[in-house]
Amino acid sequence: MTAPAPLTDSFLERVPLLVRDFITGWFPEPIRWVVAGLLAALTILLVFATIFALLTLLERKIIARVQNRPGPNRTGLPWLPFTEGRVFGLGQPLADGIKALTKEDIVPRDADQVLHFLAPVVLVAFSLMTFAVIPFGRNLVSVDLDAAVLFFFAAGAGTELAVFMAGWSSHNKYSLLAAMRALAQLISYELPLLLSVVPVVMLAGKLSTTGIVAAQAGWKFGFIPRWFVLSPWGAAGFVIFFIAALAESNRSPFDLPEAESELIAGHLTEYSGFKYALFFMAEYFGMMALSGLGVTLFLGGWQAPLPVLEVIPSYLWFGAKLMLLILLFMWIRATLPRLRMDQLTRLAWKFLVPLALINLGNAAFWHLSAAWPGLPLQAVRYAIGVAVIVIPFFLIGRRLSAGVAPRTYRYAP
Amino acid sequence: MIESPSSPLAPLAGAHVRAVHDAFHGDLLEVSMGPHHPSTHGVFRMMVTLDGETVVKLKPVFGYLHRNHEKLGENTTYLGSMPYTDRLDYFCSMTNNWAYALAVEKLAGQAVPDRAEYLRVILAELTRLLNHTCLAGFLLQDAGASGTPLMYAFREREKILDLFESLSGSRMMCNYQRFGGCRVDPTPAWFDAARRVTEEYPRFLDEYEALITGNEILMARTQGVGRLSAALAVSAGITGPMLRACGVDYDLRKAEPYGFYSRFEFRVPLGDHGDTYDRYMIRILEMRESVKILQQALRDIPAGPIFDSKAKIRAFRPKAGEAYGRIEGPKGEIGFYLISDGTGNPYRYRIRPPSFVNLTVLEDMCLGHTIADAVIILGSIDIVLGEVDR
Repeated sequence: MTAPAPLTDSFLERVPLLVRDFITGWFPEPIRWVVAGLLAALTILLVFATIFALLTLLERKIIARVQNRPGPNRTGLPWLPFTEGRVFGLGQPLADGIKALTKEDIVPRDADQVLHFLAPVVLVAFSLMTFAVIPFGRNLVSVDLDAAVLFFFAAGAGTELAVFMAGWSSHNKYSLLAAMRALAQLISYELPLLLSVVPVVMLAGKLSTTGIVAAQAGWKFGFIPRWFVLSPWGAAGFVIFFIAALAESNRSPFDLPEAESELIAGHLTEYSGFKYALFFMAEYFGMMALSGLGVTLFLGGWQAPLPVLEVIPSYLWFGAKLMLLILLFMWIRATLPRLRMDQLTRLAWKFLVPLALINLGNAAFWHLSAAWPGLPLQAVRYAIGVAVIVIPFFLIGRRLSAGVAPRTYRYAP
Repeated sequence: MIESPSSPLAPLAGAHVRAVHDAFHGDLLEVSMGPHHPSTHGVFRMMVTLDGETVVKLKPVFGYLHRNHEKLGENTTYLGSMPYTDRLDYFCSMTNNWAYALAVEKLAGQAVPDRAEYLRVILAELTRLLNHTCLAGFLLQDAGASGTPLMYAFREREKILDLFESLSGSRMMCNYQRFGGCRVDPTPAWFDAARRVTEEYPRFLDEYEALITGNEILMARTQGVGRLSAALAVSAGITGPMLRACGVDYDLRKAEPYGFYSRFEFRVPLGDHGDTYDRYMIRILEMRESVKILQQALRDIPAGPIFDSKAKIRAFRPKAGEAYGRIEGPKGEIGFYLISDGTGNPYRYRIRPPSFVNLTVLEDMCLGHTIADAVIILGSIDIVLGEVDR
């Protein structure tokens, strides 16, 4: 640990704790833990709902820029001075929210009324629960569970149920097809997602998210962070994790359950008004939660990339890394066409799962060879680590894309 | 198998409940895709019978946009039908105009000045660029590419539409050709703008191909999907890029050169597989050839009149007889068959719409593929409902 002690105790780092203690101080001792818990939940709800609102705008802006359009730029905040009422369409999320709230909520006559209502609620509840175990900063984790990673995936699995509920209860053929797609997709990708996380748990020796962040603390040679993503198995694991996360959060190119050009809006076809907005919100929550987990497990959590940069508070570092991953999500969405269902499951079972399993062995090798002495041996260790994952990548990848190649064309004589 | 044929009179809820029930007992699911569906390119409906996600039966249903075009043509003057032809395939009004003008000119024995012939080639090739660009964008939209390729395509389409607008006064409904020439003479500034668009087009094509053509997902989605055999394509009367993607060398510009096409140097790309990828690539390659034709035409266009001074405008009454005028439209062979009885209106006015004929093999291409494939196969046929339904 090269981090100087005073920095970790800097005022900015302690602000959240001070605020919490200040508010809980108003209450009698026996119920303080309840208040603290409620406070954490409320903060997460407010902060991430705000981020969600801004992200919807950001995504529309980014995709618009990719597509040579300006994106939303008319809806402003009229009370802001010097802006003539328009600042990058900042009022758009507000307008969207009001629209969603005031729209008629249509429920199909033949729909299962209870499930149709419950699906969005369950979805948002489960996606919010996953935030509980993510350490957003040095002192910022709402529930420091011993089995936090397990909890995350258990709560995340609940969202699959909700998507299926929505598709099944809507009583619509498109929704039904989408529900079946969603189930196949989410279960297929649960496996590579979990398998890519196992090496992290293996090497950190802990299931607790704070423990995993702590295991990535410190610097090699005083400036290279010890984040897992910088080791061969970690980089491979991160890529697998990211691809599986794209699929788990129904994002392009894996947005099959709501494939617009095929299934209209998939499991959302029969949803309107605020229920639709809830699904939308849950999608973003899911994306943020999975990005947050990715940051925690592979990108060193809230740790700064350089010792000198520790001046900046840890939660800002976490936020920056989170945004980076989310921007990656958006960039991919703006670029790639969609896969077909059979190709999607094939990618999971025949490509990601084998690679994740190989990566497991790779991580074991990395762990066992940790004590190899001297720089040359360490370089050899690194090279082996890279080779063990890159060679299967090409071998399996070539089989996966067999029969698919660019073509040359002839011209009429 | 389906227990009861779904009759339109059966109570909707009952049939629906049964279909959903059947889906979970290994039976087939019947889905009505359209006429209100995001990717049926207009008011087109596919009655799809699905086994899981695999298409086992597909019945195209159309006619929602039928507006009696041919009967209208018989009840109006020859020139009166010209604006209607704009509305057939509203992406390609220039080629529709030309095909109709060609038929009437054959019927009336009308000559066309050189400059007008060159202009027609220029406008037809611009239309081909416009149509194929849009198709590439729409096809990728159907494949789920979030609008980016479509927006790239629309940016280029806009430039060509601007050219059409400044020439004819309308972006899409150009109504530009006349029997014996063209309606207005372009200014030198228009030619400069057209040259600029032509010069810049290969850059756009390179950009577009770099963006998406080599993409593995696109190749995996389209290669081997929706194969059409050359034999079936020929016997079904398929024309245009769809036929050439099956490897059949048939391009009216070469097979039966109309206008001044025999004066230009260009090649006809052919596919070997007849699948969706070939249909996409053939169009991309055709665009490059169109650019070559445009460059030659814009270089060689002579000065002179654009309208035959001897052409009759008022009281246009071709002598009794019949004529078939056809050209290689962007979507395939578009032809007009006219019978004159010597009066001011055609006795019979018949259109051969390429989209309609090409659509007839939809089921043959979709069987055995998934519903996601059916969408991009439909996209690769390149239909416009204005022309299918007429």
